Amino acid sequence: MAKKPKNKRRDFLQLSTVTLGAVGTAAFIWPFLKSMSPAEDTLAAGSTEVDISAIEEGQSITIKWRGKPVFIKKRTKDEIDAAKMVQASDLRDPQDDADRVQKEEWLVLVGVCTHLGCVPLGQKVSDMKGEYDGWYCPCHGSHYDTSGRIRKGPAPKNLDVPPYTFLNDNTIKIG
Amino acid sequence: MDKNRKVHQFKNPVLNWIEFRLPIISYFKKEYGDYPMPKNCNYFWSFGALATITLVTMIVSGIFLAMNYTPHTDMAFDSVERIMRDVNYGWLMRYIHSNGAAFFFIIVYIHIVRAMYFGSYKYPRELNWILGVFIFLLMMATSFLGYTLPWGQMSYWGATVITNLFSAIPFIGEGLKTWLLGDYNVGNATLNRFFALHYVLPFVIFGVVGLHVAAVHVHGSNNPDGIDIKTNNDSVNFFPYMLIKDTVAMCAFGVAISAVIFFGPNLMAEVDNYIPADPLVTPAHIVPNWYLAPFYAILRAVPDKLGGVLLMFGAIVILFVLPWLDRSKVRSCNYRPIYKWFMMGFFVNFFALGYVGMLPAEGLYLLIARVGLLYYFGFFFIITPFVGWIEKPSKLPLSISDVYAKNITPNIGGGEKGIPSPAMQKDTNL
Repeated sequence: MAKKPKNKRRDFLQLSTVTLGAVGTAAFIWPFLKSMSPAEDTLAAGSTEVDISAIEEGQSITIKWRGKPVFIKKRTKDEIDAAKMVQASDLRDPQDDADRVQKEEWLVLVGVCTHLGCVPLGQKVSDMKGEYDGWYCPCHGSHYDTSGRIRKGPAPKNLDVPPYTFLNDNTIKIG
Repeated sequence: MDKNRKVHQFKNPVLNWIEFRLPIISYFKKEYGDYPMPKNCNYFWSFGALATITLVTMIVSGIFLAMNYTPHTDMAFDSVERIMRDVNYGWLMRYIHSNGAAFFFIIVYIHIVRAMYFGSYKYPRELNWILGVFIFLLMMATSFLGYTLPWGQMSYWGATVITNLFSAIPFIGEGLKTWLLGDYNVGNATLNRFFALHYVLPFVIFGVVGLHVAAVHVHGSNNPDGIDIKTNNDSVNFFPYMLIKDTVAMCAFGVAISAVIFFGPNLMAEVDNYIPADPLVTPAHIVPNWYLAPFYAILRAVPDKLGGVLLMFGAIVILFVLPWLDRSKVRSCNYRPIYKWFMMGFFVNFFALGYVGMLPAEGLYLLIARVGLLYYFGFFFIITPFVGWIEKPSKLPLSISDVYAKNITPNIGGGEKGIPSPAMQKDTNL
């Protein structure tokens, strides 16, 4: 239906007013939404250096990095072999052990279950380590192997490997 | 301004002065004085009033708690302990608030059971039901936020688990979670915003409750027989009859909640929440508050992260469309010989889900949770539409007064299939 030119002008004015109002409102809301994102000082939460000389074979320590627990484990020969034996293609989140470590005896993981964020057990000798002798999350029953890969339970992904570098044989810098 | 506006006249000149400028006196007289309530309403109909009273109690006790609470990760736990030990009557404020939350959910669950069993969600009260489900959602959000504030182990790990639910959403999940937390994990930014939101949401609830009450007053309350008021014989005035009845209910409620506050204030609390939050140690067994446990059971019953999260939220969202899933025109389950039992089964099932939601998700408990999940969704998607279609409702009374006429005996399986009783025909203008 053709409209009179007069109506067209009114439509244009109405549409442009609404559009401008919507854009303006969105622009006004944005700083408020953005203020809820992590602040600059939170983002700047830097790196942590860890002395690993005291860790014995088979032992594991937990340190805090950016508010999260990080597991540093010196693996035994058996544990390394167990991790290497697995076919990556059989896994839920396929990854070779070699892609998860820099030096094969040192395994560094973010100790946060990829399901709903609990800290898995397995750091202490007395802890339950799950069916694959790695870590076991008590919250909803996820089992991780000696490479921190998800093997059983609801978690969708392997335990994260944080960015880290060996400063020397006895010191790791995480972050 | 309409010059012909009829101004209500009262004996008191002060009331007249106000009424002329703001007709609030006649409003209250209409909505809470002469407001007709079906005379067959039983004590189930007192739970709306109880819920309102509890909401006000929660807001008042919460404001006084906030005067002594510090929303900082280093000080929150200690400030709550200070409220418990040093602040005058601080222990009372906190126990009223923590147990009040639990009782709020008890009341609201009974209120929802009432609405479901007697079909209060049906025409013409669908919007009223939707507003109610919305209030229920807001309540769950508010109680979750509040549970974080004492900054104990359960606070911290409960917050961690629940906010991690959002990370299950594909693509945007992780970013959304970080945005919600204001950090990469639950931290001070999180605690601060949770406190701010926990303070403001109850006022939002209060507003929606206002709409909820206004909506129910348009068509009046439902009743145990699910039929409409036809004559003055069918109803009693809100004042004084229902007010007195609600007051009796309130006294009973006061006795019950006082018994818990004074003799078992930690009955519904988790011991682990008296341990300060430790981001490096997860408690062996994370337990949700019992009133959220049925939904937690659904989450854990699904062996897939995203699937579990979707079903858990789906379990709440499905409530919104209940008025359209139920095809039966008969409101009250008292006149629905088949659906009645499925409905009771639904309540039992919900209770069972809540029970296993508090226990470890393994073995028999997991099996029960999975069966419960099937029944929960089966009830809404299959049983409710299907039974409404095949069921032959019993004969409805002609009017509410009729219910009290001695010569009427419930005629089970009476009415013709698909043909509503004369009462229903008048009710809904079919």
